[in-house]
Order: sequence, then structure tokens, then C-alpha cells
Amino acid sequence: MSWYFRAIGFRKIFEFLLLVAFVVFFVGPLLNLAVLAFSSKWNYPDLLPRQWSLQWWHFVLQEEDIAKSIGLSFLIAGLVTVLSIVLCIPAAYAFARIRFPLSRFFLFSFLLTHAFPKMGLYVSIAVLFYKLGLMNTLLGVVLVHMINVLMFMTWIPTAAFRNVHTAQEESARDVGATPFRVFRSITLPMAMPGILVASIFTFLNSLDEAQGTFLVGIPDFKTMPIVMYSIIADFPSSAGAVFSIILTAPTIILLLAAQRFVSADIMASGFQVK
Amino acid sequence: MSVQLSIRNLTKRYKTGEGVTDISLDVKKGELVTLLGPSGCGKTTVLRSIGGFLEPDSGEIMIASRNVVKLPPEKRPTSMVFQGYNLWPHMSIYENLAFGLKIRKTPKSEIKSAVEEALRLVRLPGVEKKFPSQLSGGQQQRIAVARSLLLKPEVLLLDEPFSALDAKLRHEMREELREIQTETGLTMVFVTHDQEEALSLSDRIIVMNQGNIEQIAAPQDIYDSPDTLFVAQFIGKMNFLKGVVEEDKLRVGSLVFPNTKRLEGSIVIAVRPEDVMIVADSGEGDGLHGTIKQMMVLGHYAEVSVELDGHGTIRAFQPRDRVKELSMGQRVTVAFAKVIAYPNK
Repeated sequence: MSWYFRAIGFRKIFEFLLLVAFVVFFVGPLLNLAVLAFSSKWNYPDLLPRQWSLQWWHFVLQEEDIAKSIGLSFLIAGLVTVLSIVLCIPAAYAFARIRFPLSRFFLFSFLLTHAFPKMGLYVSIAVLFYKLGLMNTLLGVVLVHMINVLMFMTWIPTAAFRNVHTAQEESARDVGATPFRVFRSITLPMAMPGILVASIFTFLNSLDEAQGTFLVGIPDFKTMPIVMYSIIADFPSSAGAVFSIILTAPTIILLLAAQRFVSADIMASGFQVK
Repeated sequence: MSVQLSIRNLTKRYKTGEGVTDISLDVKKGELVTLLGPSGCGKTTVLRSIGGFLEPDSGEIMIASRNVVKLPPEKRPTSMVFQGYNLWPHMSIYENLAFGLKIRKTPKSEIKSAVEEALRLVRLPGVEKKFPSQLSGGQQQRIAVARSLLLKPEVLLLDEPFSALDAKLRHEMREELREIQTETGLTMVFVTHDQEEALSLSDRIIVMNQGNIEQIAAPQDIYDSPDTLFVAQFIGKMNFLKGVVEEDKLRVGSLVFPNTKRLEGSIVIAVRPEDVMIVADSGEGDGLHGTIKQMMVLGHYAEVSVELDGHGTIRAFQPRDRVKELSMGQRVTVAFAKVIAYPNK
């Protein structure tokens, strides 16, 4: 046996062990979650559940409150994504193309919302929302979610627009395209991977947001993460497992769909200070 | 031949103080004219003003007798090839080439044949389905040229299109561009800082310096009789010697030349290295005396540096065989076959 290990080399073995550790850490909990979601009786020290069942799926999907929260979460995430695209893409284009005073300062100001403990920020927002009558409204929840994603939604597309060279836009003008046509046919498609990554990020971030929603949206706007808290507190862990699979599924599906565009480069270029 | 492009009193000044002042020039139909000068001389400013990417402070730009100075780039009958990043990476080569024609609502069959024709001209037939990233730098620039060609512009503008390529490729592209120009008869304005490129390509060269035109002439004339000291310094290799005007003659040491330009006082004499003659020093006769400091054989000719007594160092191109008769440290007499004189500032 030892000749075999010697032939592979220490480096290879080490890499393999590292990979195993990685898989155990990342896939292990997910696997456990999946098994838990389909079990009705699973006691220590059994390796697998004694009884398999879909009962918690029935329970979660039948509970009106829960089904409603799923719908609401996706509605809010969709709204947040669309609105922040409308708001941030023009801003990103301006940051990338137009020289204006303090542009770097403004770009950096988006970091501010991430520089304080979130809860403190939300409380002060809540005070403001009380005065404006935005507490317990859809708009209020959407706004709170948008605060979280402004940074990514501006920084990543800004970098994407910067990567479109002026000569590429100018040669499109040169062959006869109007400025609007240049943006539609050249600049936007070239920046699309970055915008897509930022949008997916925004959607998932909104789907996952609990703190701000809890403060601003209670009692009428119970999204999935909020309902999740009460389920974990009130029901067996299997119900929680079912629910977290529902919460995780969109992430996995979206990331797989966007695999072609999501690259470390795009993310990293958004955070380069230029 | 008719004038295709005419610029009158073009001025564009930047806040930094750079720019161009009062530029006027004419380009005839089917002519290839080069704007040549060091970086920051304003040659690109002129080109971008013609293309519509810069709004001049004042002046007129007429293309085919139409004033285009107020038109945006997309409305101008010009097409430009940039230094780099000409192509759109998310489109195939076909789409890149067809983009301009699609905007013009050209029928599909016509687009197809136009694209084929343009690709044939730049010697890249059959690459329609590829993407820009699959082509080399030289090929990408050829596609950029092809894209401009198929729009049949009144004036084709080229902004240092080959400067990012390696020397050998640059040479090839130059020849190809010349062939394309002969075949299509297009009027071209070419910007470069490379004097060799300008000399080899152009029908006429416009030498620019610090926002002004120094000289407009055919390559041969620019080389043989540069108008100003700047052009003499910028184009080709040149020796400079200080001299004076005496009794209406130019005098450098014991050498005397006719004063054709009617200069006065202190002057500078410019001599091409190939116009320098070297003979072994006989101690008498006209000429400047000096010592051979260095000899370098550069292929079919040799460069000989002679340290002149009181006139600095002078470089001479000599036939390779001739160098065998000379040796380092040898005393020689130098004479000039042809000189050009400039007033000394």
C-alpha cells in the first residue's frame, strides 16, 4: 500500500484531504438538511432516519401563512431587483463615463450602509419611516432591502461599464449608431454579465433579508426568513429543514443558470478602487 | 483632381494648453495623407475633429464640399480606425462588419456580399463566424479596416492603427493598406508618430509640432528639403553644425555654400549622413578636419562617427567597402555634398 502513496506524492494526498474536508464542510450540512426534510423519525445514534416521509412538506406547503410568505418573498425580491436596476444602472453608467466633482466620494458613500451595525441603521430608518408612514408597508420593506444592495448594484455595473472602452463606443458612433443605439447595442450588452451578476446578487440578498423586514414590515409583511424564525422555534427541526430547502433552492437554481456569467473576475472588478 | 477634404482655420484648445491653432489643409480625392508629429503635437486632435469626436473651437471642415463641422460622428461621411479596441467582443466578425449596414437598413443579401468583399480586401476571407477574441491583434485591426471599408466613406481616418503591432506585422499592414488604397481609391488621412511609416505610406505628409503645421509636402520633398529646423530634426537622421553668413555666403569652418535662402547672421547647417563625404586627411584642401571616433557596420552600409575639430561630432553613412580603407583614430577631411541652412534661434 505504501508504495502507492509514495508514487502519488505527498502533495497529491494533501490536496485530496483538503478536498474531502471542503466537501464535508460544505456539502455535509446540506445533505443532512435534505435527509432531515424527508424524515419523520430520526433519533441518535441512527445513521439514517427510521422513517421516511413527506409529512413536513405537506405541513409547510399547506400552512397558509407559510405559502403566503413564499409568494411575498419572491414578490419583494423581484420588486427590489427591478427597482434597483432602474435606479442603479444609470448611476453606474454615470460613475463610469461622466467626470463630475466628488464622483469617487459618492461612489464610496455607498459603502457607508455597510459600515455600521445593521440593526442601528434599521432602527434609525424605522424612526424616519414612522414619520413618513412607511412602517408596515410594501414600499417600506422594499426600500429597506434596497439599502442593502445599493453598493453591489452600483459598484459591479460601474466596473462593467468601465471595461467597455471609449473606442468601442466611438467606433459604433462612427459606423452610424445614435448615442442611444450605441448604449443599447454595444455598451449594455458588453456590460451585461456584470449587471446580471449584480442583479442575481440583489435578488438573493432580498430573499434572505430578515432583520430590516422584521423591524419595518411586521406584522403584515412576513417574508420567508421571518416565518423561518417562528417555524424553527415552534416546530420540529424537520419543518425547518423543509423550509430552508425552499429558501436555498432559488439560490442554487439562479447560480446554476448564471454560471456562465458569474466569475470571480466580475465580482472582484467591482471592488477595485480606481 | 478635386478636393475631398478641406480644413479651414481649425482651432481647438484644451485647458491644459495643448491643442491645435489655425490649421488649414486640403486633401485631394484618392490621396493618402499622413499627419506626422511627436505625441502632443495635435495630430490626433485634427483627426478626431474630422471624425466628429471633438468639437472645434472655430474653423470649418468641408468633406466633398459639404460643411460637416456641426454634424455628430454618425452623420458624417467619414469612418475611423482606432488604435485598438475597435471591435465589439460580444458580436461575431460578421455582426461587427454588418452593424453599420444594418443601421442603414441595407438588404441582407447586399450586406452579405459587402462583408465578403471587405474580408477579401483585407485578406481574411471566411472568418465571419469567429469572434474578435479568436483573432490575433493584427487580424483584429484588419477587421476594423474592413468594417470602415465596407461603409464606403468619403474619407477614411486612421488613428495610429498599427502602433500596437510588432514591427514585422506593422510593415506588412502598411503594404496591405497601400494596396487597398490603390484598389479602392479611397481618400485616407493617417495619423502616426512613426516617421518611417509616414515616409513609406503617404502621398503627402503633414508634419505637425505644438499645434501648428510645420510643412506639407511629398515624402521625398520632406526628406530632401525640410522647411524648418524642427522638420529637419524630426525626419530621418541629420547632422547639425553651427555656421555664419559672411559676404552673402554660408560659412562653416573652411567650407562655403551659397546663401539661397538669404539668411543673415548666425545659422545652423543641416547635413544628411549620406551626404557626408570622407577622405583621408592630406593636410590641405577645403573641408573640416577630424578624427574617426567610431565605425559601425549596419548591413549594406556603415555609420562612421567623426569628431570634428571645433564642430562637434558628425555621423556619415558610407558604403561598406569604403570602411575597409578607414580606421579608428585616423585623421580625415570631411566635405558635404548637400546642405540645408536654417537661421539659428
